[in-house]
Formats: sequence, C-alpha cells, structure tokens
Amino acid sequence: MKTERVKPMVQTESLGSEVKALLLGNIRDYAMYIALVVIFVIFTVATKGLFLSSRNLINLVNQTGYVAVLAIGMTLILIIKHIDLSVGFVAGFTGAIAAILLMKGWNVWLVIPTVLACGVLVGVYQGFLVTKIKVPAFVTTLAGMFIFRGLLSLVTAGTGTIIVRNRTFLQLSNGYIPDLPWGAHFDFHLLTLLIGIFLVVATIYTQAKSRRTLQRYNFKTTSSVIFVTKLVSLAALIMATTWIMASYRGLPWTAVIVTIVLVIYNFILTKTRFGRHIYAIGGNTEAAELSGIKVNQVTFLVFASMGLLAALAGILYTSRLASATPTAGVGFELDAIASSYIGGVSVSGGVGRVTNTIIGALVIMSLTNGMNLLGVDISFQYVVKGLIFVLAVAFDVTTGNRR
Amino acid sequence: MSDYILEMKNITKEFPGVKALDEVCFKVRRGEIHCLVGENGAGKSTLMKVLSGVYPWGTYAGEIVLNGETQQFRHISDSERQGIAIIYQELALFPELPVYENIFVGNEIMNGLVINWNETIVQASKILQRVGLQVDPTVKIKDLGVGQRQLVEIAKALSKDVRLLILDEPTAALNEDDSTNLLNLLRELKEQGVTSIMISHKLKEIVSIADTITVLRDGRVVCSLDAQERKISEQEIIRHMVGREIENIYPKREGLEPGEVVFELKNWSVTDRQSRREILHSVNLQVRKGEIVALAGLMGAGRTELALSLFGNVPGYDITGGEMYLKGNKVQFRHPAEAIEHGMAYVTEDRKANGLILIQDVKFNVSLPALHKLLHGLVVNEHEEIVMATEYKESLDIRAPSVQTTVGTLSGGNQQKSSLAKWLFAEPSLLILDEPTRGIDVGAKFEIYTLMNKLVEQGMSIIMISSELLEVLGMSDRLYIMSEGTITGELTAEEATEEQIMAMATKIGEGVAG
Repeated sequence: MKTERVKPMVQTESLGSEVKALLLGNIRDYAMYIALVVIFVIFTVATKGLFLSSRNLINLVNQTGYVAVLAIGMTLILIIKHIDLSVGFVAGFTGAIAAILLMKGWNVWLVIPTVLACGVLVGVYQGFLVTKIKVPAFVTTLAGMFIFRGLLSLVTAGTGTIIVRNRTFLQLSNGYIPDLPWGAHFDFHLLTLLIGIFLVVATIYTQAKSRRTLQRYNFKTTSSVIFVTKLVSLAALIMATTWIMASYRGLPWTAVIVTIVLVIYNFILTKTRFGRHIYAIGGNTEAAELSGIKVNQVTFLVFASMGLLAALAGILYTSRLASATPTAGVGFELDAIASSYIGGVSVSGGVGRVTNTIIGALVIMSLTNGMNLLGVDISFQYVVKGLIFVLAVAFDVTTGNRR
Repeated sequence: MSDYILEMKNITKEFPGVKALDEVCFKVRRGEIHCLVGENGAGKSTLMKVLSGVYPWGTYAGEIVLNGETQQFRHISDSERQGIAIIYQELALFPELPVYENIFVGNEIMNGLVINWNETIVQASKILQRVGLQVDPTVKIKDLGVGQRQLVEIAKALSKDVRLLILDEPTAALNEDDSTNLLNLLRELKEQGVTSIMISHKLKEIVSIADTITVLRDGRVVCSLDAQERKISEQEIIRHMVGREIENIYPKREGLEPGEVVFELKNWSVTDRQSRREILHSVNLQVRKGEIVALAGLMGAGRTELALSLFGNVPGYDITGGEMYLKGNKVQFRHPAEAIEHGMAYVTEDRKANGLILIQDVKFNVSLPALHKLLHGLVVNEHEEIVMATEYKESLDIRAPSVQTTVGTLSGGNQQKSSLAKWLFAEPSLLILDEPTRGIDVGAKFEIYTLMNKLVEQGMSIIMISSELLEVLGMSDRLYIMSEGTITGELTAEEATEEQIMAMATKIGEGVAG
C-alpha cells in the first residue's frame, strides 16, 4: 500500500453530523432502500410471515427476473432521454416465438439465440426509426406497442395459449443451480452458500479498493466507522439472502441470469467509453455531439440492446408461465420504467445506475408479490403501482431541483 | 416632486462565484434617453433583469423606486403592469404567427371570452404606423427582416402603454439604415413622453442619442455623464468603460513569424436546409501555423454557422460549394468526431447550452473528446483520468475543490477554462474559439488570453470568433470581418481600427469582394 501518499483527512465533523450529511446528500438512494424495507415489513406483518418465507422469497426472485432484465435495458434508454413503450409486447411476442419454435421441435439451444436475434431485430427497427428517420422514440415505440401486441395475437390466434414442455427451457425461470457432488452431505445447498461467501469477499475487496483509490487522490471519503458499518450490513444482507436460498433449494437460475446481465451492463456503463458516451448524451446531447460522440450510433445501439433484453425477458416470462399467452407482456413497460425511476434514473436524463435499477425492480415486484399474497384485486394493484411510480418521480424531481 | 421616473438604490446581485452587481445606484429622469454602457460582463443586462423582475425581489439586495414608489417585482408581469417593457437582444417573437398576433400576444383584445381579431388588426395597424413600419399586419414574423422584427417588438411594447422602454443592444444585429430608423423612432417616442434605457456597445450611436450615459464596470457604476450639459466624446466613454490601458488587458506575445498555411477555405458556401436560404456566401479564409486569426462581426453575421459547418456540420447544413484544406489536404467532415481526429477543436459560444455536460464533474468533461487516450482495452483508466484532469486543473488554474466537482457549480470563468481544458486534452492543431470570454470576469479573461498566447507559441493555430472589438484588436494577428454570411474585409492587427471594423461589419454582404 502506498501509505506515504495518503494524507489523513482532516476530521472536522462529528460522526452524527456526517451521518446527517450522508443521509441528506444521498436521500434519493436511501429513500429507495427505506421504501423496500417498509414494503417488506408491511407485507410480512399483513401476511403473518408468509411474505418472508424462503419459498415466497425465491418466488419473488423469479418474478423479478424478467422485469429486472427489461429495467436494465430501459435504464440505458431513459439515461439518453428516450423511452421505450413497446418492451412489454416485444417480450410477449418474442416469448411466443420461443414457445412456437419449441413446439415445432427445435433444439432449445437453437431457440434461445434465435429468439434473442429476433429481439435485436426489433431493436434495430426501432433504433433505425428513431435515429435515421427521426421519429420521436415515444411515437416509434407507441406504434411498436400496437404492432407487437397485434403480432402476438396473430401468432397465438390459431392455438390460443401455447404450452411449453421442454424441461431445459422451463429450468430458466423455475429451476435451481445443481449442487456440488459432495453437497449431499449437508442439509443446505453447499454451492449456493459458497457463492454467497465469494460475493461477500468480492464486495469487501472492491469497496475497499475504490475507497483506497479515493483516499489516494485526497477525495472526500466516508469515515471508517460509517464505511465498516456499511460493509457489515451489506455482508449481512448478502449472507442472509444466500442462507434463505441455500436452506431451500439453492440459487435459482433466474438469479444467475439476471446477475450476469447486471454485471455486464454495469461494466459497460461505469467502465467503458461507450458508457461514458451514454451519460454524456443524457447530460447534454448537443455538447456530446460537438465533443465528437456519434449520438445516432450510440442511440441505435441502446435500442438494439433494449430489443435483446426484451427478448430475454420474453424467454424468462414464457419459461416462468410454462406457456405463451395472447396477453403476455401487458404492463411490463410500466414495471420496467417505474423500476428505473424508483432506482434513481433522472427524468431529465444523464443520471442512473443499473445496480440501483435492480433495487427499483425489487420494490415494484415486492409490491406485486405482496398484494398477490393478500389477494388484492388486480385492478387495485394497478392503482397502487401507478401511485408509487408517480410518487417516486415526484420525489426525484423535487429533490433534484435542490441539487 | 421628483423628476426621476426610476431610481435603483444600492442594488447588489450575486451569482455563485461572482458578484454581478455591487451596490449599483442608477437614476433615470422622466422623458430622457438613458444609455447604459460597459464591457461584456460589466453587469448591464443583469441590472435590467433585476429591474424587470426576471430576477425577482428577494434574490438581490437594494431598492427599486418607480414613480416615487418602492417596487417589489416578483415576475416580469409585475413590472409590465407598471409600464416597464424590456426588449432583449434575442427577440421574443413567434416566427410562425402574424405580426398582429405577435403584437397583442398576452395582451389580447377580448370580446367576452373570444379574441376580437378584427379590432386586433385595426389596432395593430395603428401601432405599426406609430413605429413607422410599413408592413401588412397579417404577414408572418418569419418573413420579416431583423430590423423590422425589432420594430415589431417595440410596437408590442407600445401596445401595453409603456412608459419606460428598455432596449438591450437593439442595433447589434442591424445594418446602418435600420439602426438609423430605430434611433429616430426612439427620438419620436421621447417626444411622446416615453422614457428609454438603451444598452449599447456602439459608441457613435450613444453619443448621438443619449441624454445621460451611465458607465458600468465589473458590476459597479463608474460614472453617470450628463450629455445635455456638455458634449461627451467617445474617447471619454471608452476611458471610463475600460478604466485602464488596453495593453494591460491583452498580454503581449513573443513576436513569432507565422508559419505555413495550415487551414484554408475556398469559396465555402452553405445553405440552411430548413429555410432553404444561403447563409454563407463563398467564404475564403486562411490560417497560418502559430497565428491567431479573429473573425469579427455583429451578432448574426454567420460566424458561428461557419464554425459549425466546418466542424462536422452538426446542424446538417447543405455545403453547396467550396473546399476546405487542412495542412494541404482537402477534407470534409461529416461528424465532429472526424474533425477532432484531424486535429480540430471547437470551443462553443454557449458553454452551458452545448459546451459542457453541466451535471458531470470536471474530469468527465475534460476527458470526453479524447477518451481513447485513456483506454486500456475496453476500460477507461480512471487513475490516468484523475491525474490528467488534475494536471489541467492546475495548469489552467481551474478553481474547483477537486476534479470531482460538478462543472455546473463553477463560475463562468472556471467553466470556460474547463471547456478549454477539454479541448487541449484532445491536442488539436487548429483551435476555434467562439466568443471565448463572453460573460466571464476580467481576471479570468486575462488568464484565457495568456493561455491563447502560450498555445500559439507552441505552434497551435487559433480562429477566434469575437464580437468585442477591443478583444479582436488586442489579441489577433490578422482579422476577417463578416457581415450577413460574407467576408467583407481582411485586416492585419496593426492597420485595423474600431471604426474600420464597424464599417465593414455593418456593410451589406452582397457584392462585396471577399
């Protein structure tokens, strides 16, 4: 360690005032976690603990999967100040294609890439309209919403609901990762637990590394008490989640898929030049263009990626229901957009993180899951979700104005 | 009874990092034409925005007394109700609406719940007569010239029974004839009892029309001169405006022989796709290595359009003719990225609108145009980025707590330096600076001039677009003057005078040799 370069930060503020400043400065981020905790507490009490059962939590993860995948793609779209209203029915339509191809006896490992390619094609089509023809994204994707809803009805018209029986395909949203050969000796899922421990170690390592970087350049960092508290609670959260899964049937495949997508997109956004370009375009499109960023190219790729992720969401959803239905995808776009905004994407663009979007997706899907457990009518669920959505944005706008 | 229509007492207005107005006292007599002069950034527009309620009561310190009564304007509509009308440099008209609708917008002549259009047209014609504009009131604004639009703005103000008319550089974009018309109109309005406050940079006009001249410098009133008592000379005004010898503001640069021609434009003609009007007519231009070439002219002369058309043509103009040569090679850029690759850089006129990403920090902005230099495989190396940005922060003296500071929170001068740092990181050989010192304080200006000198001494070439005559004269080796999309003259810095530049800048473009 290059300790000689580290000058100790002048400790002028007390712990109490630091906590206060931290809370005020990151109120937007914390509000999201607080909302999640409140939702968990309310539903746990209302369902007499059923909500927090291993079985339901695994269920929640599988339910969140397809929304999380859509929301990750949507985050990029919203950062560059566009919108995609078509994702729900694109997911429904591509999911139906998967079901049809499987019904025709295609190999599942051929079906998945084919369907993903279909998604990319949809994204390319919409990206072309937005960037080359200059049709506003709102119009392009509103039209897309109609088109793919229609196409979904068309392909399912003859058969109605298409049942999927392929076991491998069904595993995607219903299965669990296999355990290690010697895992049978334990009454919990060994591999899942090992993955959890690995995640804790990795988290501590990366957090400590980035903190050291900040200190090296004498940037402002949190005090060590706060830092350790944050690490301990993060580790506890990861271990608790891991334990719940390990003591049930292990890590669901959905969680693995979402994590891979998350890691890739987080890498792209935070580490690569392409990610910088996305934030620059969202922050000031004209300045970005004049700084040599090919705004059209980036926008096109972001729409293509949205298509890809919509298809992946379609696959996950079809797998989860074990069928493709003519109404698959209704309202997904709202869930995806709401997840992004609740996760802190700014309505004026240029700000947002996919890691927070995942938390936003959890907030939205815990609401859905909890209300389903309580047997709340679906119409009423829409009202609640709509209100939470508009509240999150209102909160963002009011706190954003003060920045 | 006071014979002052307006008294502004001890007005102080602060922005983050700058004191725009410092205890300003400003008195206007009833029925006079009062000229407000000062360099860019001296606080003239800010003072007028305080007066008109753009900056509401409470955001500044001090007192406004109008007709003997203390006023607390919270909105422009409050000041309008008191008979104050302000006409900005950027005209606030609706191009797609006819003249009569523009005159009465927000002040519609009603007949119950509906607008009485017939009466509107009749009234509009009367007011147009009063301002001496002979156009059909049903013509759309977009079909009028700049001078005519200015008169429509004044007509609009008169329709509201204005008693105090404020004009912010009304003649800046006008040619000589239109300017004369406008000044005559102001004299007529004065006869009719309208008081006017005029902000202007054109000293000749000021000397001919003003009853009182107030000079602002760095947010303070330097003096208020009574022009009715004695004749005020242009030199006297300049002396008060600048307050120091020109040599002091514009640092000397080592006498370098400019090198070979690195950039050349031949017969460059450009048409705007939307209006289908030719906006640049056969422009010829040369820049040598290590030379600062200024593009002088009035607002709207087509200089920014020229820069944009060269630098990757973001507005999507049609380049209808001509060639561009960079180091002897014929080039044409379809995107700024290509221009940057070839060693060009363009610091925009409006750093907030299209220069910087205000919500991001200093290092993000500085690294943006040349991120490829920081790439290690796929990853942007953040360590190198911090080190690099910190170096620029120190060498350009960007006053920010760290390179992690959000650019939007910096003062104008420090934003401009960040903007420069970003383009220096791209290591250009030809730097286009569009109004590089607009809206920044004198100290920061000097630092930017010093930097420009250092850059050309290192062999960079600079094209400086500037509307400030003194800056053009003080900084450039050679200058081109543009008017209405045409180069109307070329002068060396030694032979150029303010009067010459002004005369060329107000010449109508057509038919003048380039």
